[in-house]
Amino acid sequence: MLSRSLARAGFLTLSLLLALLATPLARAADDAALRAALAPMREADFNDKLQLVEQLAALDHPRVAAILKALADSRLYYQDAENRAVIGLDEAADIAIEDAASGAALGRASKRDLGRITANNRLRNLIENRLASLGLSSADSGQRKAAVQAFLKNPDPAGTERLKARLAVETDNDIQDLLTMALALVDLASPDAGVRARAATILGGRLQPELRGPLARMAAEDADPAAREAARIALTRTEFRLQLLGWAETLFFGLSLGSVLILAAIGLAVTFGVMGVINMAHGELMMLGAYTTWLTQQWLPVNWSLPVAVPLAFLVAALAGIAIERGVIRFLYGRPLETLLATFGVSLILQQAVRSIFSPLNRSVATPDWMSGTLALGPLEVTLNRLVIIGFCIAVFALLWWALQRTRLGLEVRAVTQNRAMAQAMGVRSARVDALTFGLGSGIAGVAGVALSQLTNVGPNLGQSYIVDSFMVVVFGGVGNLWGTLVAGLSLGVANKMVEPWAGAVLAKILVLAFLVLFIQKRPRGLFPQRGRAAEA
Amino acid sequence: MRLPAWLLSDRAGLALLAVLVVLVLVVPALNLLVPSDHPLHLSAYTVTLLGKYLCYALLAISVDLVWGYMGILSLGHAAFFALGGYCFGMYLMRQIGARGVYGNPDLPDFMVFLNWHELPWYWQGFDQFWFAALMVLAVPGLLAFVFGWFAFRSRVSGVYLSIITQALTYALMLAFFRNEMGFGGNNGLTDFKEALGVPLHADGTRTVLFGLSALALAGGYLACRWLVSTRLGRVLVAIRDCEPRARFLGYRVERIKALVFTFSAMLAGVAGALYVPQVGIINPGEFAPLNSIEAVIWVAIGGRGTLVGAVVGAVLVNYAKTWLTGALPEAWLFALGGLFVAVTLLLPQGLIGWLRRREAAA
Repeated sequence: MLSRSLARAGFLTLSLLLALLATPLARAADDAALRAALAPMREADFNDKLQLVEQLAALDHPRVAAILKALADSRLYYQDAENRAVIGLDEAADIAIEDAASGAALGRASKRDLGRITANNRLRNLIENRLASLGLSSADSGQRKAAVQAFLKNPDPAGTERLKARLAVETDNDIQDLLTMALALVDLASPDAGVRARAATILGGRLQPELRGPLARMAAEDADPAAREAARIALTRTEFRLQLLGWAETLFFGLSLGSVLILAAIGLAVTFGVMGVINMAHGELMMLGAYTTWLTQQWLPVNWSLPVAVPLAFLVAALAGIAIERGVIRFLYGRPLETLLATFGVSLILQQAVRSIFSPLNRSVATPDWMSGTLALGPLEVTLNRLVIIGFCIAVFALLWWALQRTRLGLEVRAVTQNRAMAQAMGVRSARVDALTFGLGSGIAGVAGVALSQLTNVGPNLGQSYIVDSFMVVVFGGVGNLWGTLVAGLSLGVANKMVEPWAGAVLAKILVLAFLVLFIQKRPRGLFPQRGRAAEA
Repeated sequence: MRLPAWLLSDRAGLALLAVLVVLVLVVPALNLLVPSDHPLHLSAYTVTLLGKYLCYALLAISVDLVWGYMGILSLGHAAFFALGGYCFGMYLMRQIGARGVYGNPDLPDFMVFLNWHELPWYWQGFDQFWFAALMVLAVPGLLAFVFGWFAFRSRVSGVYLSIITQALTYALMLAFFRNEMGFGGNNGLTDFKEALGVPLHADGTRTVLFGLSALALAGGYLACRWLVSTRLGRVLVAIRDCEPRARFLGYRVERIKALVFTFSAMLAGVAGALYVPQVGIINPGEFAPLNSIEAVIWVAIGGRGTLVGAVVGAVLVNYAKTWLTGALPEAWLFALGGLFVAVTLLLPQGLIGWLRRREAAA
């Protein structure tokens, strides 16, 4: 393995050196040919230009690709005064130009002294094709791939020989596969029914959108019944795979929405579920987390801001939460409806505070580079930010579970939840535990806000839009049960996304809400009700 | 004529009724009879504003009936208010006739805009006043009955009930925002012209609407006061204080709750129906959960379980809102939020409760 790659590297270096040595001589000859092909462009009609493009494409010259591209984009000009073709680099009246043949920058020239070399769509198609086959022999595998993909979009039997030649020497598995596909696509038009049927079988089950049209046509119209049948089977396989892909996509979006719901609800699961406190300001604590993210981005480069924002948001929201608990909630234990009203008041104050400090407009939080873009999981393309948030949600859940099950604080929290008087008798300072638990739940809300800032607008109303949802998740899962929250969030997310394609986003949400309202009627204590003594409280 | 005993003993209620009578006599007079440059003149704007307060007060009474006497904290009463408003708004919409922007005699403007060709079935009949008036009671009542019947039968109570009532109004808000629902989507119903052949924007109509609101408030108050003074009213309080005990004593708790909840929703519907012609618009924003919670806070501030307190709270808070949003727009939510916190912490019985306790102590 190693020796082979070493040998390959050596070979590459060698050929590069040779190429460098040979360049001056070969270049001079090529340049002349290039200029010879460019010169008639000025006067040629579109038919002549087709010829000239073929001529250019046949030249093995590094500038050909740039020239053809410029011609297709109508950026190729002829400078009569200097008798040379130039490429326009911008659209100013005083246009920046470079020499077409050498690529040397020529400064600026008045557009009036340049004659545009026009192109029509037929010419553009040809150029696209030729550019594609030029790319086939590129050393860069990305360009080769793009070339074959361009061929797939716009198959041209004339290019078949090049494809075959490339397939014989291609080493990259992906590109081999694409080349086979491209050749099979050409073979679909073969006069031989056997070849057509074989080609259809090769194309079956592939997801490239370009392949389905020809296959469908063949399944409907082919003169040969065997070939028709082959095309039909191939098409069924493709459709089956597409359906699977669709389901996988729905599942992913569902999991993504579910993880957002869990993040929003899990802090609530602590304050409402474990402590029995209704905190209507929970959404506003998330909002505080999101604004903390925005603030860190004002000071830190975007790529570094999130890892800093997570602990900061936890701290900010936790402190706010502790303040709410000490200032308001502790006077209202045992009076859940009053707690609800008072915390709602707190939420209004927080909203207005943010509105007054940061303006009522939405703030845009930038997405760091490492979270933007997509990741291909096989044929499934998933957006990285959603993937990261799913992972983040799992991490937060695991941490919280660990905190409640394995730490001293967690032990005390569970003790106070189960029997406050007994816990106090055992020396647990229940007031302190209350404040810390509330801080923990609130801090997690702040952390959820960091995740939300990557998905939605950060504004004063951020929290309001999640508060109903998060209560629903907690109640659906069963109060006082973290695992219930997890299952409830995921299933609601997936259900929502499954209903969405045929009902639309808003109606899906309404249906899910209606389902929840009905569900709570049937099982008022949620999916996983608490049992034993705690259930009586 | 002798007043019944339940009313005679209710001094605060009598005072409220007296105030309403005075308002009904004085406000139209100051608006219509006093020349507009006189300092005592009440502008049409003020009359409408007062009418709005009275509608809110009726909504507050309906909240107080279920919260103060039955212990059900509904965070979705604005939904019933808005539904009543929509029912009456639909009638007003049909009265526009061919005077809309598109001049279509059969369809409201927004339907023409959505390229609809005929009236949806649920709009049929709303060109008749009696039908719309019936629906103002029936739609909120039916929703409340179905919702309450299922919720109370499966013994959803306390905080859970509060949260699902909030989900209910939230879901309705999302639904009414959809254009496909056929209720004007985001913009709601507006641009009303007349009701029963009377132009809505005339000063006389405004004072009549004000009078009707006062009448509805007085009627609603008397009905609720009578209700809570009957045996049924005592059972309500028993349910509030200890539901299982009331159940063990043999009362069909869920039926009583559903019944009173439905009645309360109808009152809210009437309030909404009177509110819409006065403000001239109804849109899905009325379903916002915040509106329901605001209604709860009016009751909490005035004093729950007193009925009069609900009226006092609604008028005071809304007056403060009108004044603050004009003078210090930034401060309104701070003030409202502060009220929530302060009232629950410092004045758990509300203003009326506090006054009564002082009186008892003195």
